[in-house]
Amino acid sequence: MKGVASFRRDFEPWNDGSARPFIQFDNLTKRYGAVTAVDRLSLDIYEREFFALLGPSGCGKTTLMRVLAGFEEASEGAVYLEGEDLAGRPPYRRPVNMMFQSYALFPHMDVAKNIAFGLKQDGMGKGEITDRVAEMLTLVKMEGFATRKPDQLSGGQRQRVALARSLAKQPRLLLLDEPLGALDRKLREETQFELVDLQERLGITFMIVTHDQEEAMTMADRIAVMDVGQIVQVAPPAEIYERPASRYVADFLGDMNFLPTTITSTKGDLATMEGEDGTVLKALNPHQATIGRNAWFAARPEKFRISRNRPVAACNVLQGEVWDIAYLGDLTIYKVRLGDGTFIKASQLNRDVMADDPITWEEQVWLHADPQTALVLPA
Amino acid sequence: MNARGWSKFNIASVVLGFAFLYLPIVLLIIFSFNESKLVTVWAGFSTKWYAQAFANQGLMDAAWVTIRVAFVSASIATVLGTLAAMALARRTAFPGRLLFSGMIYAPLVMPEVITGLSLLLLFVAVDLDRGMTTVTLAHITFSMCFVAVVVQARLAGFDRSLEEAALDLGATPARAFFSVTLPLIAPAVAAGWMLAFTLSLDDLVIAQFNSGPGATTLPMKIFSQVRLGVTPEINAICTILVAIVSVGVIVSSIALKRQEVQRQRAQRLAAQA
Repeated sequence: MKGVASFRRDFEPWNDGSARPFIQFDNLTKRYGAVTAVDRLSLDIYEREFFALLGPSGCGKTTLMRVLAGFEEASEGAVYLEGEDLAGRPPYRRPVNMMFQSYALFPHMDVAKNIAFGLKQDGMGKGEITDRVAEMLTLVKMEGFATRKPDQLSGGQRQRVALARSLAKQPRLLLLDEPLGALDRKLREETQFELVDLQERLGITFMIVTHDQEEAMTMADRIAVMDVGQIVQVAPPAEIYERPASRYVADFLGDMNFLPTTITSTKGDLATMEGEDGTVLKALNPHQATIGRNAWFAARPEKFRISRNRPVAACNVLQGEVWDIAYLGDLTIYKVRLGDGTFIKASQLNRDVMADDPITWEEQVWLHADPQTALVLPA
Repeated sequence: MNARGWSKFNIASVVLGFAFLYLPIVLLIIFSFNESKLVTVWAGFSTKWYAQAFANQGLMDAAWVTIRVAFVSASIATVLGTLAAMALARRTAFPGRLLFSGMIYAPLVMPEVITGLSLLLLFVAVDLDRGMTTVTLAHITFSMCFVAVVVQARLAGFDRSLEEAALDLGATPARAFFSVTLPLIAPAVAAGWMLAFTLSLDDLVIAQFNSGPGATTLPMKIFSQVRLGVTPEINAICTILVAIVSVGVIVSSIALKRQEVQRQRAQRLAAQA
């Protein structure tokens, strides 16, 4: 789980009781007529943080960003920037800039004029503007493109210009709305790392809105997973992935296998459960589910080991038939059908090239997951 | 539509249709170059009626009145029409929006006699002397809705985030409008102005109701002269009017077309990128 964020292991202001939040959403509600887009949401974001709002479309993440930028007024609650209430402050008087999903480059201005636009509004001198524009073009590696019009640029180049334009005014906070959505896969991966690098160098707080979990995982210090106007979990990427707070979060980020169980005993941070067919299952119990409760046994596909022989273990042993195999190159995913008809996905890293006798379709196999890698989730 | 796919029926209907529309105008243009004083008898090519038309002080005065009225009314109608279009395209939910947008379109289909008469009643009621001012006001009233329709069509395809980006970068709403929105909708605004100008140039009915002494427009003048018999001089002046109107319509449709082509090209590029 070594993401880019792990290079900043010491950066954890959210665990520091004395750190003052940079942005504070306080019981924020935003309604559009009868629809509640954001519902009594509270959230703290710290200075220099790379923060990601992750959720499916319609979960309210874009609304939250637009309230922060000043394009929407909160129906209830407040947003504070360094302790100051932003209510009633129009977008052109906030130390916040935004990179739009569509990039929103002005089509009638060339690249240099686009970048200079915000500086001109501030009444900056001509010479100073020229210098800053050149600096910004260097920053995003677009030096040769100052006189191009936006429609003479490729998608990736437009994205860079949009980034340069939103950074030109040296905002305290940069909002990025699906910044990489329009780029192809290769370019997206490259740009992810560049954005993180840029954010570290400039020391600006970044808040990114995305529906792409990979994007959020690679770049963010912390991720907030949203669902119908509320935040379901806020945590660093590894914690969100390994310790999801609910089935919703577990499902939204990556793949997760679920088995319905009843808790039979708890010991320390582990709980023992019984599956519907009597299988003994054991997993971490961070939510302190109590004996007799129904709960999900949850384990990610890569936590399972697949074998032909029964593993020597007292718990978390499942038997089934290989129903389907997906070979992805780096991984092979086995879809195993258990006796009662439920499917379990198990993935194996392909360390060996073309194994001699690979597990194949319709074979009887055993699955095992270490209790420390599985999780009890509330039903 | 493939040219090879045209049947005889298609060709015949196109030819007949265009003949029906344009034959009278073509005849008018041809006879404006007629040597003879008799309008319907061809006696050789001449441009003397043009010279005579230009020498006719009454006709020239009327032409000057028309141009001034058209210029002023088109300019004011463009400002008002653009504002109305902005309000309708931007604020999608305000009380009475449906009523307001319906009312903007109503003058498009309102019989001119009614528009003319109601304006006349208004001017009489407020005791405004009929003349240049009243004709101009009347023309503003009926042409601004055409401007609103043209500009609103352009605004419908306008990316709202461009304005938001301008605001976000520190521009006040007014500066965002003048530096981003207006330059981008300029072709539609220009087309709207051209349309308003042409409509004002053409109008007879509304001017007839709302004009007064010293404010006879060209269409009014022509109409009154024709009652005494058609002279080739009138043909000449009408030909010039036809030319001006055609240029106006062609220029405005080219401007709109070019903008559309640019928009599509940009979209194609964006899709590729």
